[in-house]
Amino acid sequence: MSATFRPSDVVDFLVIGAGAAGGVMAKELSTAGFRVVVLEQGPYLTEKDYRHDEIRYTYQAGLTNDTKVQPITYRKNESEPAKLAKAIMYGRQVGGGSVHFTANYWRFHESDFEERSQFGEVPGAGLADWPIKYADLEPYYTKAEYDLGISGLGGANPFEGPRSKPYPLPPMPVKSSGVLFDRATKKLGLHPYPAPMAILSQPYQGRAACVNCGFCEYFGCEVRAKSSTLVSVIPVAEKTGKCEIRPNSYVRKIETDVQGRATGAVYFDANRREIFQRAKAVVVCANGAETARLLLISKSKRFPDGLANSSGLVGKYLMWDTGGLAMGLFEHPLNEYKGIQVTRVIHDYYKADPKRGFYGGAGLDARFNYYPANFALQGMPPDAPKWGAEYKKMLSTYFTHTMTVLSHSSSLPQLRNSISLDTDVKDSWGLPAMRVTFDFHPDDVATLKWALAKQLEILEAAGAKKTWASGTAVEESMPSVHLMGTCRMGNDPKQSVVDRYNRAHDVPNLLIVDGSSFVTAARQQPTATIQALAYRGADFAIQAAKKA
Amino acid sequence: MQTTRRLWLSQCVGIVALADIAAAQQHAHEAVQSSTPPPFRTLDPATAAEIDAITSQIVPSTDGPGAREAGVIYFIDRALSTFDVDKREAYRTGMAAVQKKRQELFPGSTKIAALTNEQQIQLVQGIEATDFFELLRTHTLYGFLGNPSYGGNRDHIGWKLIGFEDRMVFQPPFGYYDGEQK
Repeated sequence: MSATFRPSDVVDFLVIGAGAAGGVMAKELSTAGFRVVVLEQGPYLTEKDYRHDEIRYTYQAGLTNDTKVQPITYRKNESEPAKLAKAIMYGRQVGGGSVHFTANYWRFHESDFEERSQFGEVPGAGLADWPIKYADLEPYYTKAEYDLGISGLGGANPFEGPRSKPYPLPPMPVKSSGVLFDRATKKLGLHPYPAPMAILSQPYQGRAACVNCGFCEYFGCEVRAKSSTLVSVIPVAEKTGKCEIRPNSYVRKIETDVQGRATGAVYFDANRREIFQRAKAVVVCANGAETARLLLISKSKRFPDGLANSSGLVGKYLMWDTGGLAMGLFEHPLNEYKGIQVTRVIHDYYKADPKRGFYGGAGLDARFNYYPANFALQGMPPDAPKWGAEYKKMLSTYFTHTMTVLSHSSSLPQLRNSISLDTDVKDSWGLPAMRVTFDFHPDDVATLKWALAKQLEILEAAGAKKTWASGTAVEESMPSVHLMGTCRMGNDPKQSVVDRYNRAHDVPNLLIVDGSSFVTAARQQPTATIQALAYRGADFAIQAAKKA
Repeated sequence: MQTTRRLWLSQCVGIVALADIAAAQQHAHEAVQSSTPPPFRTLDPATAAEIDAITSQIVPSTDGPGAREAGVIYFIDRALSTFDVDKREAYRTGMAAVQKKRQELFPGSTKIAALTNEQQIQLVQGIEATDFFELLRTHTLYGFLGNPSYGGNRDHIGWKLIGFEDRMVFQPPFGYYDGEQK
């Protein structure tokens, strides 16, 4: 049974955020015998609450943060006024983003950890090596894949680093988009492989296999086949009797004592009462945007610029998921709405190559992440009518005959891109709103354009009758998902916020484990790396706690 | 790989659980289908008829049922009564601007709904670049293609048009090209 602690109980660990990282921390720490409280700002939903309901989950963003109660302001640079905007999207419930994500589960490559050494300096960017290497994280990638339940074909991606074990589950069934992509990329001399997905291709650890209903991205899985922390590790944590998940608990400050050690956190409960939960150590897993905001809000006499911020880098180097959509229309029906979103990937263009004349690279996948209404609104070619008889006629074939090739592209760390506190706007609890400052590096834009040509080439090689680029123009897009870099990892406390084990340089009993500790963004799909870092960080925390 | 007894058992459990869940979900979907159209909660009938005239140009009833038959106007009323209460003002000012445009284009006309089909098309062409039209288009398509439990997409009219089936379980092959490969 789930444990219940009193706020006055000094628990061993207080975890803030029950998402991809927080769920893993909860399980690892509680199964090691420690008493854990997890504070989650969102509700505790289960598969019974989820529906095939696009109005609720794509239109109303039912599983993500709501800017009506937690406003966000955005500006391109410091000289502009920040305006209210729907920038930054993250999962806001027990399980966090792992509930509604597409479930792509890519390991970073060996080169991702040492791009500064391999590629060199990029003007205007803070490209740096990680203080750890792929080999340091490999055992934890494997642990994550087995603990959570990942489907894929080990060794099928020739560009991936060495792996100690195959995937625990075989790949998911290939869709028409995967077959077309497979044929086309082979024709072009490339190396397609089955997409590694956090979705069960077979029953695993008491959970049933995927039923191909098609409602993955933006949706919670109704049959528990998506390997979110909600259905995989969080139930294990609760069964230890040592872990309490406390939903609807919105943290407003991490407290510290005179020695500068974290003592717990003050949060608002569902009734907006302030409660102080005590703990021997605090683990922040609130995502790459909210973690930085919380640290900046947690100012004190000892930490006047925010907690763990002696470097001044908390909130800086914000990176996110840049990518572009290419669409293709085919002669026969693909019925891409059936089944998971992605079944084939290539990493041939992944690694940055100075010969291109810019920094960057991209992983490309064959997919379809549209549902009926958002396809009608956003999936049609730009030269198609937007209403009327002809539009209606086109919809009747395009929805079933279209697929996407998506690029997962690079996002350079830049000091000027940040999460900070808005001094003018408050959220519904009276806390300073998140202010996002972000503009693309010229190389990010160059990479997207270069990748788009490759995407269209693949669709044409696949025999598409018509191809087009879709989505928001780069110049108009704001950071939304896959938030990284705002508490970067490093060996030098002046140049980074956390050390190689995700411990804050400035606060010995504060761990920061989520996308915020990323030094570079690789080619997106950060979840596997977030969770590998969580398993590794938990290992370190357990050893340190046992010594103490 | 050798199938162990434990693995075999776990697969059986998986299949049973799956069948139960699928049955329950299918039941929920059928329940949704049989719901009767709600009365308007926010819109007055005259305004509703005017909005309906425009949404019926976005997805017209040519070559089969469109926004009107799918009950899009009921979805819009539902949206403005619940999750989009804050869009009521946009509808008030937006519809006033559309009426103004109608008078400009067709002096002496009284209602959008009373215009000829060609006149309605001209009117929509005159407003299609506005933010209000984008809101109307968004509402229309969510109402036409969204879950029928919100009052629109009656009898799955929208889903039938685009070839979408709302089911809990699909078996591969899903489409022509993966079928061709088997």
